[in-house]
Amino acid sequence: MHSFGYRANALLTFAITILALMCAIVSLSDNLNSPTPTAQVQVLNINWFQKKPDGDDEVSLTLNISANLQSLFTWNTKQVFVFLAAEYETPKNVLNQVSLWDGIIPSKEHAKFWIHTTNKYRFIDQGSNLRGRDFNLTLHWHVMPKTGKMSADKIVMSGYRLPEAYR
Amino acid sequence: MGWISDQIDSIKSLQFRQVITQIVSLGMIVTSALIIWKGLMCITGSESPVVVVLSGSMEPGFKRGDILFLHMSKEPIRAGEIVVFNVDGREIPIVHRVIKVHERQDTGEVEVLTKGDNNFGDDRLLYAHGQLWLQRHHIMGRAVGFLPYVGWVTIIMTEKPIIKYILIGALGLLVITSKE
Repeated sequence: MHSFGYRANALLTFAITILALMCAIVSLSDNLNSPTPTAQVQVLNINWFQKKPDGDDEVSLTLNISANLQSLFTWNTKQVFVFLAAEYETPKNVLNQVSLWDGIIPSKEHAKFWIHTTNKYRFIDQGSNLRGRDFNLTLHWHVMPKTGKMSADKIVMSGYRLPEAYR
Repeated sequence: MGWISDQIDSIKSLQFRQVITQIVSLGMIVTSALIIWKGLMCITGSESPVVVVLSGSMEPGFKRGDILFLHMSKEPIRAGEIVVFNVDGREIPIVHRVIKVHERQDTGEVEVLTKGDNNFGDDRLLYAHGQLWLQRHHIMGRAVGFLPYVGWVTIIMTEKPIIKYILIGALGLLVITSKE
């Protein structure tokens, strides 16, 4: 009854239970944090705007992104994945979300940043609907925990209207 | 001859009821594991509620051997979500992030493009030949929760099957030989 095997088994089971419980509590403790991030984005320039040979519109932008996401970090935060998406509606699609730039923030020290960049991913429409089109720039973030539940949120920022003509 | 009769005696000394009890308890373990798995399938709505990350394409977020909990709800897929998808002609599902979403006005169908955080380019090279977008039916679920390291157990067992057999053998022997 009290053999070595039984004792080892009981110890292992107990250890795993405690570990699982601690992981759950740590994950739940994230709910106590109520973050207040801020962000600003400016479209500085339209580098070029054209119709591709296959008929889809493509535009290249220069962007200025500044954000302070430090309040997202808790002791259970491994990293924050942040991306800027252009969101717009066309006659064909209810919703188009095109990621323009993204980044991984590994620690709280890097969570206050300022970046001047062209769009990292190609801004291509499904079709030729971008002339004179209004779109919203939205900064999304996904918090990746050390363990437990992942969370996400966003800030919708000022809209922008693309020009009526290719250039 | 003494050795053989000893063996026969020891087999005879195994009590019938005890053997049955052990078989039943073994069956209980297997069926309860099955119940938990199928129950998770019902709750999460995903055909595979838990997946193990096999590649480093989502590092440093997800490393090889981490476990992801999936959920498949009716809610539409949006950019930034981490989805698990199957590509025609590939057996192993892939865990990557959605970077583009186009949702149709008339049918409500979505077309999405994915990318691994640690990969340089998007996933069009991984998709089936000529496939530009993922549709709803390719997607098995979105990742909602995360547990590090635990998946190493399955990775080791699939890559070194001998360890699996040793483990199963040892456990079986333990169940058969344990009294009480």
